[in-house]
Amino acid sequence: METAFLITILATAIRAGAPVIYAAVGEIFAERAGILNLGVEGMMLVGAVSGFIAAVQTGNPWVGVLVAMLAGGLLSLIHAFLTITLHADQVVSGLALTIFGIGLSSFLGQNYVGVHGPQFEAIHIPGLSDLPFLGPVLFQHDILVYLTFILIPASAYFIHKTRPGLHLRAVGEDPATADVMGVNVARIRYIYTFVGGVLAGLGGASLSLAYTPGWTEGMSGGRGWIAIALVIFAFWEPWRAMLGAYLFGGVQALQFNLQTIGITIPTYFLNMLPYLFTILVVVFATGERMRRHLGAPAALGLPYIRGER
Amino acid sequence: MTASSPHQPDIAVEMRNIVKRFPGVVANDHVTFIAKSGEIHALLGENGAGKSTLMNVLSGLYAPDEGEIWIYGRHVVFRSPSDAIAAGVGMVHQHFRLVPTLTVVENVILGLDEPRFHLNLTQARAKILELSQQYGLKVDPDAYIWQLSVGEQQRVEIIKALYRGARILILDEPTAVLTPQETVVLFKTLRSMAQEGHTIIFISHKLDEVMSIADRVTVLRQGKVVATVNIEEVTKEKLAEMMVGRPVIFRIEKPRLQPGQEVLRVEDVHARNDKGLPALRGISFVVRSHEIVGIAGVSGNGQTELAEVLYGLRPVEKGHIYLYGKDITQASTREIIREGVAHIPEDRHKEGSLADMSLSENLILKHYRRPPVAQGPLIRWAYVREFARKLIQRFQIMAPGIHTKARLLSGGNLQKLILARELSSEPGLIIAMHPTQGLDVGATEAVRKQLIAERGKGAGVLLISEDLDEVMQLSDRILVIYEGEIMGEVPADRADRNQIGLMMAGQRQS
Repeated sequence: METAFLITILATAIRAGAPVIYAAVGEIFAERAGILNLGVEGMMLVGAVSGFIAAVQTGNPWVGVLVAMLAGGLLSLIHAFLTITLHADQVVSGLALTIFGIGLSSFLGQNYVGVHGPQFEAIHIPGLSDLPFLGPVLFQHDILVYLTFILIPASAYFIHKTRPGLHLRAVGEDPATADVMGVNVARIRYIYTFVGGVLAGLGGASLSLAYTPGWTEGMSGGRGWIAIALVIFAFWEPWRAMLGAYLFGGVQALQFNLQTIGITIPTYFLNMLPYLFTILVVVFATGERMRRHLGAPAALGLPYIRGER
Repeated sequence: MTASSPHQPDIAVEMRNIVKRFPGVVANDHVTFIAKSGEIHALLGENGAGKSTLMNVLSGLYAPDEGEIWIYGRHVVFRSPSDAIAAGVGMVHQHFRLVPTLTVVENVILGLDEPRFHLNLTQARAKILELSQQYGLKVDPDAYIWQLSVGEQQRVEIIKALYRGARILILDEPTAVLTPQETVVLFKTLRSMAQEGHTIIFISHKLDEVMSIADRVTVLRQGKVVATVNIEEVTKEKLAEMMVGRPVIFRIEKPRLQPGQEVLRVEDVHARNDKGLPALRGISFVVRSHEIVGIAGVSGNGQTELAEVLYGLRPVEKGHIYLYGKDITQASTREIIREGVAHIPEDRHKEGSLADMSLSENLILKHYRRPPVAQGPLIRWAYVREFARKLIQRFQIMAPGIHTKARLLSGGNLQKLILARELSSEPGLIIAMHPTQGLDVGATEAVRKQLIAERGKGAGVLLISEDLDEVMQLSDRILVIYEGEIMGEVPADRADRNQIGLMMAGQRQS
């Protein structure tokens, strides 16, 4: 009984963590390039709704995923244009993007609330899914969950062990130096802001096509903000972001499952936990000393204008 | 029109009739500059003479408005620094272009096409070690930049340029951050590079350096070339005159004075830097009235923290600070101001003035709380205008009027503004941090004279400067700081550069 409960909690944590992982890893890429994008929540919502609509229209969830990624990416380009080309304030632009995304997604999805659409089903990986304990925890998920298992090591490798990753880090730490060394700062910032949007859109699709299939207004429920907080918690490292996403997923899982075994904690209290947790993380992780030790990209949030110091 | 270069094989760089304008100034006004292969060519001039601008044009950072460049007889147009690097021109900037969170190898290969994707650093590491041996540029390829001393970082910069195949190396004021001993090592490296056929262009405003290292020197003044001469054909005095445009007196007259009562006493002070690491480790000294105490040292050895601690801007961990015998260790900045302490901060733009406020507003920043400037909660603007006009006249601040914004002032005039504000309260103690950094000869003279005048009036002055010449000229006593500790004290009239240099490098006075 207790093992079964633990399995359910862990499996749900991994499932619930996947959308947040996409969004958080996307934000890690953007912030590593020095672009703080607070529009994640908006991009996730637009990704969720456009992905769902496309899937319903074509009957193919994969088309939905592609459309969601494109939608998230396009939305992020607004932020990129404002902050990189026009040197606008990143906080203001990102917040505006989120507000815009919330409105746009509600507008687009008004006729799709409650509509039944295609979704990704769980795939039991032959052999592995039969393993005791690990099988049901790790290997009985849908394809979008499995993709996060690849995304995390791949992005960690990319950031630390490749030449483009080196340029990415340099641009976020010291754009003036990167520029003098012949790295195209604006281009790199555009690329990774776009990557951030694409992944946020994918995170949205994993909500509307897999985790909680269907469209409801505001269905991301603050996951975009959680993702941004996780980036800080993770000190801009994908592996730690995964850990944080699973912690968040675990709290969600508890919320669903505690009642089934007769423990009554008010749902409102449990709903509050991730945000409380986020506040604590931000408090502990953003002290000036921590920032310097643990490496927020030094140029995060700052526009780069050649010739200015 | 592209006149063909009258190109001779031994000419490495030829810049002809370069014009570069910035809003309101012509930084380079038809400058023609020629450097030969294998020579060390100094580019001499005051701050603002256009040296750095000219070299930023040569290194591809700025596009010239007019003029042409030939490298080894080939006509080139640089659109970016990478174009210049491809043509064999590398520049070591005054502010290093190194990413602190990356390692030496990562910094060296930054922006290159190799390796293609996977960061295999074996080859790069080997090539760095080879270069480092060949030219005596000792550095650990796997160290992070933030772990390195300034001298080591400079070596990384030079390696970076050589790694990219630079045959022409531009160094922008390379000795400003070095101890005299490190300078000797650098000069040896530059010599050996020149012998291998590299062309070294050496930007400087220090005459002694130029005399000791350069083969030829080009002097710039106000954006124009004054002359290019062989070093054997000139004297230091002649160069100074070319640079400034009038004869220069090297010695400042300083009357002999008997130090008076104790103004400041610092006892075993400890403090941490912004990273939380120990920056001051048991500093003790005394400043008396009628004396200037100089603190010499390479930047980053606790000077900034010392000034901040004394001015109440940084908490003291351990130890005591006394002003006229009164303990001010825990006092706030406002209390310290009230006790009559003047502060000439390191960064005159960020800490010394409010860029978007007017001259008169900047001038009353220390006075606005009390009469006669304040009247209850109000400010007596009529009085302020009179006050500001008097100060502007007395300190010879060149500005259109008292309502001009501080940001529009030149560095020298801004510094005079800060001096006017700080000295107008008749301070008993003056903490001056790099008071003449970045100023031209005229403004430098004015600032130094003011400090000596205050000493004459009975103030105690603590002069913190990286310019060893300045410290030696102005001070009565010199303390040398290294890694947050005082290495020793020498009276200025018996100071020996070499001895001070050793202390700056961490050797305790015997």
